[in-house]
Amino acid sequence: MPAKGNRALRIWQFALFAALLLAWYVLTSPTLLPPLYFDDPNKAAFFFGEPLKVAGRIVDWFSSGFIYPHLWVTLVETALAFVIGTVLGLVMGLWLALSPTASALLDPYLKALNSMPRVILAPIFAMWFGLDMGSKVALGVTLVFFIVFFNVYQGVREVSHTVLANARMLGANERQLLRHVYVPSAMSWVFASLHNSVGLAFVGAVVGEYLGSSRGVGYLILQAEGTFDFNAVVAGILVLTAFALLLDWMVTLAERRFLVWQPRGGETEKI
Amino acid sequence: MIPALALEGVRVTFVSQDGGRYTAIRDTTLRVAPGEFVSVVGPTGCGKSTLLNVAAGLLQPSAGATSVFGETLFGLNRKAGYLFQSEALMPWRTALQNVTAGLEFRGTDAGQAAAQAEEWLRRVGLGGFGARYPHQLSGGMRKRVALAQALILDPEIILMDEPFAALDIQTRHLMENELLELWSANRKSVVFITHDLEEAISLSDRVVVMSAGPESHPIGEFVIDLPRPRDVAEIRLAPRFIELHGLIWGAMKEEVLKSYARQRQ
Repeated sequence: MPAKGNRALRIWQFALFAALLLAWYVLTSPTLLPPLYFDDPNKAAFFFGEPLKVAGRIVDWFSSGFIYPHLWVTLVETALAFVIGTVLGLVMGLWLALSPTASALLDPYLKALNSMPRVILAPIFAMWFGLDMGSKVALGVTLVFFIVFFNVYQGVREVSHTVLANARMLGANERQLLRHVYVPSAMSWVFASLHNSVGLAFVGAVVGEYLGSSRGVGYLILQAEGTFDFNAVVAGILVLTAFALLLDWMVTLAERRFLVWQPRGGETEKI
Repeated sequence: MIPALALEGVRVTFVSQDGGRYTAIRDTTLRVAPGEFVSVVGPTGCGKSTLLNVAAGLLQPSAGATSVFGETLFGLNRKAGYLFQSEALMPWRTALQNVTAGLEFRGTDAGQAAAQAEEWLRRVGLGGFGARYPHQLSGGMRKRVALAQALILDPEIILMDEPFAALDIQTRHLMENELLELWSANRKSVVFITHDLEEAISLSDRVVVMSAGPESHPIGEFVIDLPRPRDVAEIRLAPRFIELHGLIWGAMKEEVLKSYARQRQ
């Protein structure tokens, strides 16, 4: 897309954002408009929060340093769940894809585990690993693992037969085939799934905190709900969203760094 | 003289999962002398690639045997380099890294391998393109990289499966001339598979014609006594070339028509 069209698009995106904020502000302010739907002018603010107060709450959290320990806990849980889930998924995916016996044996179990609604495991993990970070990481791992696992499995299965035969003819032994053909081929599939899996690691951490913990952003939101403090709930959600976008952006950077060999639209240059 | 590569009475029967049998080739004997350039031609679907896979050791024949310099072949043919018809480069490696792959697998020192690969890239006309990934190269350039990748290991036998089929005619003539030049500098045994009779005659010492599949087998063998060095574009106009072409086409025509009729059914 040309730079000019791109800038126009950015302006429109920003305008839409501003319009949504404005609508939110006007519709929830107790004094600006007469109540349209609710009988009490304060009810709209109670149910939907007020943008200025939400912003104030976020600024307050960051300036007083109140949010940092909670955010830190959530991010560490996310990172651990992401790393452990990805490594396990990668190892299991490679193993099962390259070992027909293991794959035939474990196939129904993996299918069953994958179709199970795994969020329901959270209370069990809380019993096993306590209310601290362990149970949240475990929940995140169960979510991340299957995404990476199925992608690696698929990636190894889809390795080009010609590339494989060629590497063999060039003298690669089984270990070299794994390192130089299967893993790089699977990595492109893994990267394709990383956006999903980072998001789900985050979901695992927050849902885990929400269901029972004493720290973390999920815990903050739960506390705010307990006192009907809707502004704090929205502030918590916004902080989570901002950090989810940040993580996603970091994955994009890693992807650019590691998948330089893949053609991207508009970048292929033939000579 | 001991042939560099000998397929003796090879038969390949594939068994599908529902129990169906398909015999791609039968009773095929092919001997290639050291330094000889042999082309195998035949209609599409006559099992030419199957034959090459047997020679490479990628496929075990149902009957018959393969021997390499007099020794019976078990497993992969370590003395052979293979140029595939479809894309065989590792897309995640640069051109240079693709060329060094074989040396790397053999445990050659990385610096030495890179120097050798640079030399080979220059030899196939790609000096300065080493840092590019396959997707950044054109089809002809990828074929050159594949050629350098196979030849850097200095194989005694070179197996080529319609390597230039996907290229346009000019690039193709260029590549064929380059191949002849590389080959004549350091004569190895070549088995060249193609469905293009002109390509086969202009490159080879000998042309073997296969019958239409299934149960394909050699039906004729022609010695190409055209003088070398040859220019593949010019030699097509030589009277002897046209004579040979007529002779071999006479043997092939019926098979091509048979294969065509079978495909139309």
